[in-house]
Amino acid sequence: MQHVITIQDFSRDEIDRILDRASELEPVAHTGSSDALSGRILATLFYEPSTRTRLSFDVAMKRLGGDVIDLGAIETSSAVKGENLADTISVISGYADAIVLRHPKEGAARMASEFSSVPVINAGDGAGQHPTQTLLDLYTIRKEGKLNKAKIALVGDLKYSRTVHSLAHALSLYDAEIYLVSPDQLKMPDLMKAGLIKSGTEIVETAEIDDVIDVVDVLYLTRIQKERFPDLSEYQSVVGSYKITKETLKDVKDNLIIMHPLPRMNEIDPEVDASRHAMYFRQSFYGVPVRMAILSMVIG
Amino acid sequence: MKPEPDEHSDRELRVKRITNGTVIDHITAGQALNVLRILGIMDRPDEVVSVVMNVSDQKKDIVKIEGRELKPEEVDKIALISPDATINIIRDYEVVEKHKVILPSQIEGVVRCINPNCITNTDEPVKPRFVICRGERVELHCVYCGRVIADRIADFLI
Repeated sequence: MQHVITIQDFSRDEIDRILDRASELEPVAHTGSSDALSGRILATLFYEPSTRTRLSFDVAMKRLGGDVIDLGAIETSSAVKGENLADTISVISGYADAIVLRHPKEGAARMASEFSSVPVINAGDGAGQHPTQTLLDLYTIRKEGKLNKAKIALVGDLKYSRTVHSLAHALSLYDAEIYLVSPDQLKMPDLMKAGLIKSGTEIVETAEIDDVIDVVDVLYLTRIQKERFPDLSEYQSVVGSYKITKETLKDVKDNLIIMHPLPRMNEIDPEVDASRHAMYFRQSFYGVPVRMAILSMVIG
Repeated sequence: MKPEPDEHSDRELRVKRITNGTVIDHITAGQALNVLRILGIMDRPDEVVSVVMNVSDQKKDIVKIEGRELKPEEVDKIALISPDATINIIRDYEVVEKHKVILPSQIEGVVRCINPNCITNTDEPVKPRFVICRGERVELHCVYCGRVIADRIADFLI
């Protein structure tokens, strides 16, 4: 039984196999259907809000001919009666062939995998891991740019963003050159940087996006989270610093792609959406074939 | 009748020799009570335990547990806070076994996770578990949330 808990659990070969499978399934993800998972049931348990992850798992399962049961709003589940997650997982794993879990506590998915008799897929655990987001990010980079030895700028909240932490690790498997662009308050934790350096990854740190925007192949933006700042004026001093507009893109490489895990706040001006560099909505769509590949791997 | 190690003279003899049991020697000075916590000995009122702290010039602690022979797998986890400790098994006043503690590769239920948002710090039925990495210093990696404890490990003992 294979769980999907953290991206660190996967080797580069395993990741490549998932991305290859996603590529095969992409035509089905667009408009098609398959009976690969016909008669199989996926349970989705979201203890935190989600739009893209929840719906793309739903669509992925249905495109593969399977069915989905959903825990629904937490307020209507037995969690309000005080049932713990371990018991909920023990029960639901008797109903479904796999479980997708998002939970506010870090390590929740790992614990759930220990109580589940079916595969558990982590759809985000607090500020911890979100491995399927990382896989769809890698898929996007591979499809729309180049993954091996990519020059990529990770921009914004590099301290708390689970997306960035998982992606940085995965990129280190592909000999990436990583530019870390953030305000001082949101720099990547030292331990994480040390891990990247130890793996042989070249990293460059700066607070200025202008230092890197013309040299990178991928610009990966994240939302700066207001709730992380104790002082509102401090938040306001950094929040606008990485806004991408048509003007900021005038000297970038022709093949630059701009990515964002979404939702965006004001990091990317809507006028950029029509640019050839804008890849964030396509990136979001790629969540479907990638999650189809993951589901077919763990259930099929 | 042979003396126990490190009690070679009356001058050093502050606690009487034990007939049978376990002597944990060379405990890092000041850590004896934490050693008892890790071993769960404080929860067992039936055991006779002697504790000597800040012994002699070596500045070490010693713990003697009468009538019970601790197995290596029970004791090795104290290497977290006292890597140079030695375990002496005493039978009829003689040391019949002696070994240094060896840091285990994993520990469970000994240390709580430093991350307040970790699933192990909730009411879920799960014990905190760590993979132990020994490089320049000892690091505990939470199996669940991945957070690392590298400093003041004793502060996080359960």
